[in-house]
Amino acid sequence: MTAATISSRSARGRFPGFGLSLGFTLFYLTGIVLVPLLALVLRPFELHLQDFWTAISAPRVLAALRLSFGTALAAAAIDTFFGFIVVWVLVRYRFPGKRLMDALIDLPFALPTAVAGIALSTLYAPTGWIGSLLAVYGIKVAYTPWGVLVAMIFIGLPFTVRTLQPVLQELGRDLEEAAATLGATRGQAILRVVVPMMAPALLTGAALAFARGVGEYGSIIFIAGNLPMKSEIAPLLIVTKLEQFDYAGAASIGVVMLAASFVMLLALNALQVWAAKRR
Amino acid sequence: MRRILFLAAAALAFAATAAGAAELKLLNVSYDPTRELYKDLGDAFSKQWKARTGETLTLSTSNGGSGAQARAVIDGLQADVVTLALAADIDAISAKAGLLPADWQKRLPQNSTPYTSTIVFLVRKGNPKKIKDWSDLVKPGIEVITPNPKTSGGARWAYLAAWSFAQKTPGGNVDKAKAFVGALYRNVPVLDSGARGSTVTFTKRGLGDVLLDWENEAHLALKESPGKYEIVYPSRSILAEPPVALVDKNIDRHNNRKVAEAFVNYLYTPEAQEIQARDFYRPRNPAILAKYKATFPNIPLASINTDFGGWAKAQQTHFADGGVFDKIYQPGK
Repeated sequence: MTAATISSRSARGRFPGFGLSLGFTLFYLTGIVLVPLLALVLRPFELHLQDFWTAISAPRVLAALRLSFGTALAAAAIDTFFGFIVVWVLVRYRFPGKRLMDALIDLPFALPTAVAGIALSTLYAPTGWIGSLLAVYGIKVAYTPWGVLVAMIFIGLPFTVRTLQPVLQELGRDLEEAAATLGATRGQAILRVVVPMMAPALLTGAALAFARGVGEYGSIIFIAGNLPMKSEIAPLLIVTKLEQFDYAGAASIGVVMLAASFVMLLALNALQVWAAKRR
Repeated sequence: MRRILFLAAAALAFAATAAGAAELKLLNVSYDPTRELYKDLGDAFSKQWKARTGETLTLSTSNGGSGAQARAVIDGLQADVVTLALAADIDAISAKAGLLPADWQKRLPQNSTPYTSTIVFLVRKGNPKKIKDWSDLVKPGIEVITPNPKTSGGARWAYLAAWSFAQKTPGGNVDKAKAFVGALYRNVPVLDSGARGSTVTFTKRGLGDVLLDWENEAHLALKESPGKYEIVYPSRSILAEPPVALVDKNIDRHNNRKVAEAFVNYLYTPEAQEIQARDFYRPRNPAILAKYKATFPNIPLASINTDFGGWAKAQQTHFADGGVFDKIYQPGK
C-alpha cells in the first residue's frame, strides 16, 4: 500500500497525470483498435491451416492482392512526387487564388468515397469528358486497372500535401540561400538540401497515402470494372466472399492484408527513423 | 427552468418512442430491383389492413443485392419478411441462422413465389449491333453488361439462362455450355455487384451493347427513358422464381405474425397480382397473366428444378469458390 502510494506519487512528480492518461490510453486502444483486430485475426482459425493456405493462395486472391498493393504503392509514389510540387507552390509563392487552391486539396478528404467514385467514373468513362478525349488515342482508364490507380491518386493526395506542408513552412529559405552562396545551382539546392531535410515527412506522407489506397473500397469499385484477375481489388474480394457467407475466407484475406500493410508501414517507419538520423 | 424544460422534452420523447413501439411495423428485406414493386404493394396492403382492422401499419422495405441482403439478415437485420431473388439465399438464412425452417419453400403456394420473371436483353435504340439471341453475345467486339453472379441474384439467373441455351442448342453438351458461358463472360467489361449497378453502367455510363437484365428492370428502363432502348427476347430464357418467406424467429420476437402472414398471402390475391403485372412482374394468376400477355411474350423457359437439379446443386456446381464461374477467369483457360 505504502509502496504503491510512493511510486504513484513519484510518477506524478515526473509526469503529471501519467497513471490516469496511460490507463485511459491502454483502455482506449484496446477497445478501439485491439479488440476488433483480434476478432479479425481469430476468425480464420475456424479454418484449418491447410484451408487458410488454400483460401489465400488461390490465383484470384493473389491477383487481387497484387493489384491492391502494387497500385497503392504506385499511387503513393505519384502522390508524393506531385504532392511535393503542390506544396512547394503553396508554401513558397504568393498568387491570387492561393487560398482557394489550398482549400481544394482537402476535398478528397471530405467527399464521400462513393461520390468520388461516381464522379471519376463519369469523367473517365468512354462517354465522359476526359474518357472521350483519351478514347481517341485508344487509351481506356475507367473499368481497367488504370482506373484503380486514378482513384487511389485522387484520395491519397491530401495525405501527402498535408504532411509536407507544415514541414516545408518550418524549413525556411535560409538553408537554400546558404547553398546558393556556396555555389549550388537551384536544382542542387533542392535535391541535396531541401529533399533530404524533408525526407522523413515525404516518407510519412507516402505511408499515409499508401495505407489509404490499400484500404480504399468505396470510390474504386465504381471505376475499376471489378473483373476477377484483372481489375478486382482485395477489399472487393473480401466483400464478395462475405456475400457468399464465406466469413473465414474473407477474414483470411483480411489478415493477409493486415499483416502485409503492417510490415510495409513498419519498413517505412524504419526508413523514416534512418532518414531522420542521417539528417 | 431550462432543466425542467429539458426533462419535459425528454419525457415527451420517451413517451413518443413508447407509443411508437406499440405501433404495427413490418420490415421486408428484398433484392435490388423491387423498390417500385414493394412500394406499390405495401401502400395497397396498408390501406386494406387499415380498412379491415383499423390499425396503422408501417411497412418498410430494404433493397440491395440478394446475397448481401441475406447476409444482413443472418447478421441480425430484423426482417419480418424476406423477398429475395432466389431460393438459395433464403436457404442460407435458414441454414446459417436458423431463423426459419428448412422446408420454408413448401409453406406458400407455387414454390413460395407469387410472381415470376425472366432474363431478357436490353439493347440500344435500333439495335445497331443486330443482337437477336444468346449466340450473338459471344461474337467478337460485342460488349455485354451483367452483374457479378457471385453477388447478384439476377446475374445468376442470366448465367443459367445462357448455360441452358448452349446446352439445348442442337449438338449442345456440358463442355460446349462451359465454353459458351466462358466466351460470353470474356465479352463483359465491367462486373457490377448488383442489378441496379449494371443498369446504371449501361444506361448512364453508355457502356456496352447489350444488358442482360430482369424483364421487369428492362421494362422500367423503357418506361423511364422512352425511345432510347429496345427489349429483345432471346429464343429461350429461364423461369426466374424470386421467393418470399416469413422469418419466423423475428416475427415471434416482434409479435406481428398475424400481419406478416396476411401480407405474404395478400401477394397472391388478384389485386396484388394486378399490381405485380403493372410493375412488369409475371403474375401467377393465369387470368391476369393473360390480360397482360402483350407485355410478357411466351418464350421457352428453363427451370431451375428440372434443368439444373435445384438451387443447392446449381450453386455448388457453378457459383461456389472453384466452381465453373471461377474457372472462366483462371488464366490459360
